[in-house]
Amino acid sequence: MTAGAPQARAERGRPFPVNWLARAGWIALALYTVYAASLFQLTWARFVEGLENGRHFVARMFPPLFGKWDLLWTGMTESLEIAVISTVLGVALALPVGLLAARNLMPAWISWPARWLIALCRSFHPVIVAILFVKAVGFGALAGIMALVVASIGFIAKLFAEAIEEISLKQVEAVRATGAGFLNVLIMGVQPQVLARFIGFATYQLDSNLRNSTMVGIVGGGGIGATLFTAFQRFDYDYVLTILIAIITLIMIGEVLSGWIRRTFQ
Amino acid sequence: MAAAGAASGEAAGERPDRSLVLRNLSKEYVRGKPVLRGVSLAFAPSGVTAIIGPSGTGKSTLIRCVNRLVEPTGGEILFLGQDLAKLGGAALRAARRRIGMVFQEYNLVERLSAIENVLCGRLGYVAPWRAWLRKFPREDVDMAFDLLEAVGLADRARQRADALSGGQRQRIGIARALMQRPDLLLADEPTSSLDPKTSVEIMELMSDLCGRRGIPVIVNIHNVELARRFAQRMVGMAQGEVVFDGGPADLRDGHLKQIYGGEAWL
Repeated sequence: MTAGAPQARAERGRPFPVNWLARAGWIALALYTVYAASLFQLTWARFVEGLENGRHFVARMFPPLFGKWDLLWTGMTESLEIAVISTVLGVALALPVGLLAARNLMPAWISWPARWLIALCRSFHPVIVAILFVKAVGFGALAGIMALVVASIGFIAKLFAEAIEEISLKQVEAVRATGAGFLNVLIMGVQPQVLARFIGFATYQLDSNLRNSTMVGIVGGGGIGATLFTAFQRFDYDYVLTILIAIITLIMIGEVLSGWIRRTFQ
Repeated sequence: MAAAGAASGEAAGERPDRSLVLRNLSKEYVRGKPVLRGVSLAFAPSGVTAIIGPSGTGKSTLIRCVNRLVEPTGGEILFLGQDLAKLGGAALRAARRRIGMVFQEYNLVERLSAIENVLCGRLGYVAPWRAWLRKFPREDVDMAFDLLEAVGLADRARQRADALSGGQRQRIGIARALMQRPDLLLADEPTSSLDPKTSVEIMELMSDLCGRRGIPVIVNIHNVELARRFAQRMVGMAQGEVVFDGGPADLRDGHLKQIYGGEAWL
């Protein structure tokens, strides 16, 4: 029988079988999206009405207010402090948690509780955690810091654990074969393989905490967020724009700095 | 440190008996499917022993059982007056310090420099804080430089391992193993990832450096000609058993047929 004979071709079957389950899934997703949108009367007319309102709002923001510098400075520096403190504390706590959660270095009875702790830290949005801490320890920077520490542990520990799970065990095996103890294996066999990625995660978390530190203030966790929220409530939209510009500047400086740190440790 | 110096055997006049005896060594990764079927071998306290045989015949398992990177299922591993199969924890680590290992894929810590990789050979002796701060004892650092010179890479000390070629990496691998001042060197397919010329150079270097230090070498190797050239003794394995044991000159085509099966390749 030659390869090209019709009956041989028929026997081979279709090269790319149709996945009916996946097709059904896509269709279901599309239908649900349309249904959900209909619940909220998301119509074009409503959108146009919103645009008009938005134009009015943006118009009132210009020109930004040049003034109240004291208030702006206090809020911004407090946000920066919250971000740096919570990143340092969060990363310091995430290191051991992430290591304990790495399934290739730890037995299951250690890694599972560690993974459970990480999942717990990740289960709520920082805003909700911030509200919880404001209720628990009162208004101010402490609540904001604690909320962002929790968020940092959840995020960084998970990435740390994954980075450790992706290392080459051959390199670790060779260090272990020299008779090195566990700590020495970590220091010379594991740490060099993950350090650059750890630095990357930590600087990314600093970026993220800078952003979040401007937000925790809205719920009473200290920082520029409180000032921003007050400005909104008093319809001082020109001052709102000033604050927004300050936040954007801070975030961009943070981006540049963290990019520079990452390159240094490459 | 004092104990390490005394046991190193190089400086001290008295050298421990470096012979290794395997008794009835067996290994089953899956129950009922033995990879090693009761291997008994006595290795001389010096010289190169080559273990040849087809892939998947248990050569690598045999060698890894000796320093317990693989847990043997049964049998004894007698070395330096103790049964390595029975050791655990600190005693096992102490025994591993006495056994150097060279790997097929070099298994260097890629992001560490050449000299750091060589110094990994001392990790069984060095405290974690010293390893962390790279404050290795002066004599260790001197020895590491000497070994780099001995393997011909003195000028690459500060270069990262991932910037080196295969042959250079394996030289570092040998230097790392010798850094342990071992009483035995295990080499698991040390030339399989290298070109023919480099393979010869690596085997030459290994047998030369170990010969001068009186360190016995056990080497797994695919290449029968290479084994013949450097080994004083050949052990042929097939299906987890020793089927040939003798000098290179005693190994005939008939034996090779028995070890590898078939004869078309001869």
